[in-house]
Amino acid sequence: MPEQVKQYLGTAEVVDQEVPVQEMFLNIGPQHPSTHGVCRIMVRISGEKILWSDVEIGYMHRAFEKHCENESWNTAIPYTDRLNYVSPIINNVGYCMAVEKLLGLTVPERGEYFRTLVSEVARLSDHLTNIAAQLMELGAFTVFLYCMKAREWCYEVFEAACGARVTTNFTRVGGVIADAPQGFGELVQRNMPLIRGVVDEIDKLVTRNRIFIDRVKGISAVTAEEAIALGFTGPCLRAAGVPYDVRRTHPYSVYDRLEFTIPVGTTGDVLDRYLVRMEEMRQSLLIVDQCLKQMPEGPVNALDRTVRLPNKSDVYSNIEGLMNQFKLVMDGHGIKPPPGETYSAVEGGNGEVGFYVVSEGGTGPWKCRCRAPSFPLVQALPYLLRDHYVADIVPVFGSINYIAGEVER
Amino acid sequence: MEMIRSGEIPGVAFTTKADLALGWGRKYSLFVYPFVTACCGMEYMSVACAHYDLDRFGAGLPRFSPRQADLLMVVGTVSHKIGPVLKRIYDQMADPKWVMAFGACASAGGPYNDYATMQGIDVCIPVDIYVPGCPPRPEMVLDGIIKLQKKIQTREPR
Amino acid sequence: MPEFPPYFAALQERFGDRIEETAMPLGEAAVTVKREAINEVLAWLKDDDSTLFDLFLDLTGVDYIRRRPRFEVVIHLVSVPLRHRLRVKVRLDQDDPVMPSIIPVYPAANWFEREAWDLYGLRFSGHPNLKRMLLYESFVGHPLRKDYPLTRRQPIVPLRKPEVRRSDDAREPGEG
Repeated sequence: MPEQVKQYLGTAEVVDQEVPVQEMFLNIGPQHPSTHGVCRIMVRISGEKILWSDVEIGYMHRAFEKHCENESWNTAIPYTDRLNYVSPIINNVGYCMAVEKLLGLTVPERGEYFRTLVSEVARLSDHLTNIAAQLMELGAFTVFLYCMKAREWCYEVFEAACGARVTTNFTRVGGVIADAPQGFGELVQRNMPLIRGVVDEIDKLVTRNRIFIDRVKGISAVTAEEAIALGFTGPCLRAAGVPYDVRRTHPYSVYDRLEFTIPVGTTGDVLDRYLVRMEEMRQSLLIVDQCLKQMPEGPVNALDRTVRLPNKSDVYSNIEGLMNQFKLVMDGHGIKPPPGETYSAVEGGNGEVGFYVVSEGGTGPWKCRCRAPSFPLVQALPYLLRDHYVADIVPVFGSINYIAGEVER
Repeated sequence: MEMIRSGEIPGVAFTTKADLALGWGRKYSLFVYPFVTACCGMEYMSVACAHYDLDRFGAGLPRFSPRQADLLMVVGTVSHKIGPVLKRIYDQMADPKWVMAFGACASAGGPYNDYATMQGIDVCIPVDIYVPGCPPRPEMVLDGIIKLQKKIQTREPR
Repeated sequence: MPEFPPYFAALQERFGDRIEETAMPLGEAAVTVKREAINEVLAWLKDDDSTLFDLFLDLTGVDYIRRRPRFEVVIHLVSVPLRHRLRVKVRLDQDDPVMPSIIPVYPAANWFEREAWDLYGLRFSGHPNLKRMLLYESFVGHPLRKDYPLTRRQPIVPLRKPEVRRSDDAREPGEG
């Protein structure tokens, strides 16, 4: 036997020696296929293990607050669409609730139900998109296609409600853009079972899938105390076992009249966050059904003419309507809430979306701050990634649902 | 392209110019690099998925390496902070390459005329086709792709 | 007039004149605190049984350019077990916009303070990593201050002049 062959194959000895592991610095992003959104993650690794990590954001900062300060109360609403662009309607509702609080205005019941209904459809689209992106990054492309199919049905509802698919601009101060069109109820009744079918399908495909569970179970687990100290809200907090949901703890709109449960997890890991989101979609479907049943007849907009834009038919046909429109949209006129400040919170797709709005009596906000739920979540990323491996970055990043528009505003 | 049916040559034959044949081949095999930053990404997802199916136009395969891509889709707002990244990605792409400005922000800054936002990506890299809309509907993106394909067919790549 | 929550009196009693103001604008509890006492007050609010504000929600600045003191730092807290909210404010002067970092009490405030530094130029003494976050290091000024113009841009890459091109060659004859 030639010596060299013997050296390699002829010995049973296992070479057992310490391989020196070198520390490395790995940069992920800002443009990376597994980070949906522009976000730079820097990790120092030893072998595959993460020793330290840092996140840099701000690549999508586009001055939401500065724009709002330069707009009037109503024209700031389109900018709120583009905060969490996966569920823009929830942002619209949150902002308008804050302004209505400043004005001391109440929205008619039908308007509130309409807002709630479409908000819940927005929550569905948010969770669907999150689960789609998260699973696509883990290699389950089929789920992505299923979720996108279901999201198109959500978009059909948005389109019927306000005419746009993504950037909805749905609410107005004192109500919504218009009453539900004819056949809206039937559309919702047709689309919701379809979405439920897709949710069940994903459930069957993923929830007990060994490949998925091995990848996510026990990854980045946080306890309830840790989650609270990190400032989590939304599905990530509930996955850790804290039943904090603004819809239930500080009920707004008509949520106190609706029946739904708040799903909570136990371990706070990536799997629990996924499960909480899945259950929340089912609850949202229930809420949509209830809204549709309970929605009363009547006006959707507050009747206060100093706040609410008149109907277009009035604007084009009589002088009162025209004057009213002018008084509301002309520069220097329009809604002028009394000086004051308020914080109004709604439950968004990622957690508590808070709007801190300050009025100095002017035609626009003096300050309009959006408390973005993803912001503390992204901040906690180095903590969530501690002692994990490089391959865990993708599921953890997916599960916190980084939405650039919301984090960086 | 003209097709000649001739008695002298058996079967069917084509005569064409080399450029035309190249353009024809290129336009139906666009490898897309989605530079997704913002809201338009939602519509990019819709376009790429089964409902609107970008694949029908030969542009369905996203490549996440600029070296392998020939269509850079800039999807969403581009801020000054990410400007150097965008420029670098464009420079890394191999020729021939095309750029689509997807959405109002990438085309001209959109609603964001402010301190942070680049007023359209064409102040940073050359753009071949602009798709306006905030975000554009999927149909508009498909229209943009078809228009780009015409351009690829008829024009020298830059 | 909405009823004051019971812990207002306890706060006044405990911290005396270090609490500048307690109010309920629009039914939302708000406390204004002197900046030296902020961490002490927050620690009490976090741990006392009558308050238990355990979840930090938000920290931001407001620039009241015509008022003196010019800046306000606004902190929002919520109590998960007791389900109530509180707004804590600190007023800061234009010449000395510094306050103690609240990270010792609420570690989640880290990035929020960085953001307030970035956009308002408010400094937080004791912050471990107070550098720009949403903008870039070469950016001059703090854009959310009212005296920063909306469109003053500071590009990093040299900008080129976009070429004006005729778009009609992509059209079909007779189209559009």
